[in-house]
Amino acid sequence: MEQHSQQFKENAANALADAGGVAQRDILALFTPIMRDAAVAEFGPYEALRQHVKRVRQHSLDNLDYYLARFELEATNNGNQVHYADSADEMNSIVLDICQQHGARKVAKGKSMVTEETGLNDYLQRGGLQVMETDLGEYIVQQAGETPSHIVGPALHKTRDQIRELFLDKHDLGERELESISDLVGEARVVLRDHFLQAEVGIIGSNALIAENGYSMLVTNEGNGDLCANLPNVLIICTTLDRVLPRAEDATAIQRLLVRSATGQPHTCYTSFYSGPRRAEDADGPLETHIILLDNHRTDILASDYSDMLRCIRCGSCLNHCPIFAATGGHAYGWVYPGPMGSVLTPLLTSLEASAALPNACTSCGRCAEVCPSAIPLPDMLRDLRHEQSVEKITPASWRQGLRLHAWLACRPGLYQFLTGIGIAVMHRIGRKKGGFRSLPLAGGWTSKRDFPSPQGKTFMQQYRQRSRSNEQ
Amino acid sequence: MNAPESPRVSLFVTCLADLMRPSVAFASIRLLEQAGCVVDVPLQQTCCGQPGYNSGEYEATIPLAKKTIELFEHAEYVVAPSGSCAGMICHHYPKLLDGQWRERALALAEKTFELTSFLVDVVKLESAPAITTSLPTVTYHDSCAGLREMGVKEQPRKLLKNLCDVDVSEMQQSDVCCGFGGTFCAKMPDISEKMVDDKLRNASSTGATLLTGGDLGCLLNIAGRARRQGLDLEVRHVAELLSGDLYSPAIGEGE
Repeated sequence: MEQHSQQFKENAANALADAGGVAQRDILALFTPIMRDAAVAEFGPYEALRQHVKRVRQHSLDNLDYYLARFELEATNNGNQVHYADSADEMNSIVLDICQQHGARKVAKGKSMVTEETGLNDYLQRGGLQVMETDLGEYIVQQAGETPSHIVGPALHKTRDQIRELFLDKHDLGERELESISDLVGEARVVLRDHFLQAEVGIIGSNALIAENGYSMLVTNEGNGDLCANLPNVLIICTTLDRVLPRAEDATAIQRLLVRSATGQPHTCYTSFYSGPRRAEDADGPLETHIILLDNHRTDILASDYSDMLRCIRCGSCLNHCPIFAATGGHAYGWVYPGPMGSVLTPLLTSLEASAALPNACTSCGRCAEVCPSAIPLPDMLRDLRHEQSVEKITPASWRQGLRLHAWLACRPGLYQFLTGIGIAVMHRIGRKKGGFRSLPLAGGWTSKRDFPSPQGKTFMQQYRQRSRSNEQ
Repeated sequence: MNAPESPRVSLFVTCLADLMRPSVAFASIRLLEQAGCVVDVPLQQTCCGQPGYNSGEYEATIPLAKKTIELFEHAEYVVAPSGSCAGMICHHYPKLLDGQWRERALALAEKTFELTSFLVDVVKLESAPAITTSLPTVTYHDSCAGLREMGVKEQPRKLLKNLCDVDVSEMQQSDVCCGFGGTFCAKMPDISEKMVDDKLRNASSTGATLLTGGDLGCLLNIAGRARRQGLDLEVRHVAELLSGDLYSPAIGEGE
């Protein structure tokens, strides 16, 4: 997918100028945390499960070679064909090859952020295939020619009216009202049903790969994943190699955290386990199944200081709790993964230069880390990325030098107190009457939006020394 | 006179209180003394190093962290009228340093506290000289680092109740960032503006005419925006309210 992260600030300004979008995001930012908190509170031993899952994910990643080999063995024994893909292009070409081998013309796709990452839809369409997204949100986004704004709710940025207009425009179904949400869902269901029945290949993602039995778990609310997996003759599961877990019970432990963190539900409507192709005794199911395990820098991340990031289970809770995400929306981040997890992942999966603004789109408020079901220290990682930006001189020189000068000065108390004493006296003299400054040299970022309050008078250190002296006399 | 077993507290003034609002540091001293502490102020202190650290200038921050550790490690307790500066010392110095220095940072972290949590959790200040001025309707902004790194939530509310007889009028999303974020507000002013406007809207919706909190960074941001918008909202540090200092101009107000 093409990256526009460098324009983050411009993208954000545009998003903030759209009053309708702001109102939509304000509502989501208010209610999604409430729903998550309620679900977590009702669950009970949430923190214990969170720490358990953190250990399980860490253990799986620490022993990735072992569990991947075991998964491959078990999945192959179940009749699956397991492929490894180093890069996005490699995954795309494996998928296209499989489609072409079967003479496929139509593909039905479940929601998969990994295939957004690889740009699979464009690739397959260039290869002559018709690709239909079947998750309702993803379908809406596809029809609108957009990309997902949220990793769990791809079309959360769209209002009901916008979706109505889109359907009236795109679906050639004559005069109709389409006033209610159920009308919209019903129409999408009708349109998608034909496609499910015609598609020769189904593509889905995976929330967990289970090493002990070679199964793949998928958590959805619409059941479209199961239709993609069971109706077409060929199923392709596109996922990444860091999804592997030792045991089935580890996958269900993640499911408990994932769903509560993502939508505030105790369960989604469907949690499916795919074992492999149809067996003789099965009534239905695909005749051939493929599992593609994408690396695309995951093993680099595993070997780096950012390996904690691979524990991410893609619940989107950090997005829902991030006030910057709430302000800008997901598209401003300019690539596949937005919000705090995206601001860490994007530089690691693309480049630090192309993502320079993202690690800075953070106030270190810590709300994301607080709710992360995998206890990933997101603000620390974003700070570490800012450190790398400084070391690699991606940070503007004026910022680097200014902050280093400040730290250098603060290490020299005599000089620091002398200079701040003068500066504060000058500022106090000018600002005391009005109480603040509407503009100030070197503080344009601050004063563009707010007054700079005037200092009270002499510094504390000056006053304290004075008082100590007069007490001694 | 203080009893010999009085807790001895070294005040970490914080650079913002030192430069912008000394009344916060004087109020802190009064409160600590009311709680029976003997307070000293190491004169060589400057800044905890957050501006550089949070911008990723780790190498420049290390000498400053070491200076601060050297200056304060002999204290019985270190108290700062700021959750983020206390959080910097408690949680980030140990991350920044290695070996012996990390051990020293951890030892300092053990005895470093944010002001209101120290007053409530450690020295258990229950009452103080009655504050005669009646306060207007007050709302409280939970600063992020105080809340999430130092566990400051109920303590300031409890003190406001016990010392000033004030029940905080709680705003919606009181625990959501005000958009300050150190250099963030200067790097991304548009987003910061949206965040601080949300904060002001939530604060005003309570009917409060006074907003207080425990971190000057946030309060300068909120007050600066309120002045720019011409809002009728006083902003003061919670230490000032608790010590009865209501007469000096509020943050951003003229003399």
